[in-house]
Amino acid sequence: MSYARNLRCRECGRDYPLAALHVCEYCFGPLEAVYDDEAIRAAVSREAIAARPATLWRYREFLPCEADSAVDIGAGFTPLLHARNLGKALGLPRLYLKNDTANPTWSFKDRVVAVASSRARELGFEKLACASTGNLANSVSAHAAAAGMEAVVVIPHDLEAGKVLGSSIYNPTLVKVRGNYDAVNRLCAELAGSRNWAFVNVNVRPYYAEGSKTLGFEVAEQLGWRAPDHCVAPIASGSLFVKIRKGLDEFARAGLIDAPRTRMSGAQAAGCSPVATAWAEGSMNFRPQRPDTIAKSLAIGNPADGFYSLVQLRDTDGACASVTDEEIVAGMRLLAETEGVFAETAGGVTVAGVKQLAERGRIDPDELVVAFITGAGFKTAEAVAGGLAPALEIDATVDSFEAAYGPPAEEVPA
Amino acid sequence: MTVLIPQPLRALTDGQPSVEGASGSLAACLADLEARFPGMGERLLDEGGELRRFVNVYINGEDVRFAEGLATAVGENDEVSIVPAVAGG
Repeated sequence: MSYARNLRCRECGRDYPLAALHVCEYCFGPLEAVYDDEAIRAAVSREAIAARPATLWRYREFLPCEADSAVDIGAGFTPLLHARNLGKALGLPRLYLKNDTANPTWSFKDRVVAVASSRARELGFEKLACASTGNLANSVSAHAAAAGMEAVVVIPHDLEAGKVLGSSIYNPTLVKVRGNYDAVNRLCAELAGSRNWAFVNVNVRPYYAEGSKTLGFEVAEQLGWRAPDHCVAPIASGSLFVKIRKGLDEFARAGLIDAPRTRMSGAQAAGCSPVATAWAEGSMNFRPQRPDTIAKSLAIGNPADGFYSLVQLRDTDGACASVTDEEIVAGMRLLAETEGVFAETAGGVTVAGVKQLAERGRIDPDELVVAFITGAGFKTAEAVAGGLAPALEIDATVDSFEAAYGPPAEEVPA
Repeated sequence: MTVLIPQPLRALTDGQPSVEGASGSLAACLADLEARFPGMGERLLDEGGELRRFVNVYINGEDVRFAEGLATAVGENDEVSIVPAVAGG
């Protein structure tokens, strides 16, 4: 059973039922799921969780839907890697990577959509929809297919080929909007008022957002039931960034880990950096921007959780990096060449952000740092394809190989 | 001109998804809405009279924060859309 009790406005504290609602009728503040903390604390144990399947549903007590009837395509419980080579390059010997490229549709969005689609089906919806920069559309399309639901996914017209194909293959209704993500978002918010569909990031957003907590749960479990000292995550809408820390706090309230003192730092692309800009100016009010960056999955100029991201940066003694497109590509290559992880542009933002924050002394070399790699590189192949070393093309002869590669010299076959 | 009313505010407009609005500045347009649909103003504006943090207002699809906020002009043929902030992406 779910331990969710109601939805509550984050701003004014008014309570609402566990329905398809996302905004407070009185102050327009976002609604968030509230749980019976005592019941959760009594129900969970490290041993029980550790014995469950390797998906995010192992944290079922902390999620706002029934796990037994969930839409489950295997999201979550992705690898946590000790990044020794990358850590050496950045002067951070205790750097770990949370590799969420290993999800079913190759991004962390499977976490939020697993929860949103499950709750949407419980609420009786037959159609799943979303406004997306690409990854969310991929995941909604896949989960709808597995759930036997129809999908309508709405994206900006200029996404990478891999992001488009990654939706089309599941046969949703794919809508390309001649405009940027913020325009797509506005359109979907308007459509949500007249269609009885579950827009995962609009009317079922309170459930959707809870999925991101599982990143915090997993990291804590994978580190041996402890919170990291410092997390670095990309900031788009800011929802993921805020929910990672919420997951750590909930684990502590349930008695599974000690109270976290985890510093939370963010990374944005310079071409879309409303949060990083406000943080650098010492302001708690961000100004919307018109995005212009290769990190399209982070190209949200008017982030819904931008304010809460700034609050979290302040309250946890974090910092927010802003990195150029060139640094993003360099970050993608550094990650691949040192750790064998091929991330999309958002991962390049994270790695470049970790590098920048370490160089500026905002990350202590003694800290146990977790960097969140949120999507896979084949989705944004265009970003790196032009700059990579070409193949050695040869005839199928030893002479041709040696002409291209070089002679054996002193090498002796083992 | 037309004002698109989001779902959470339709209790104030008898369920109407859009209503006729007054042209002038956006502030004047919202004041007119408050006069005809009492309660609208306090939901959209904070104590200081500014747009609330989680309220987005668009005129013909353009975020008024890119224009002049509440001072932005609203013409006879414009469409004003009030949209709550939405998660990403």
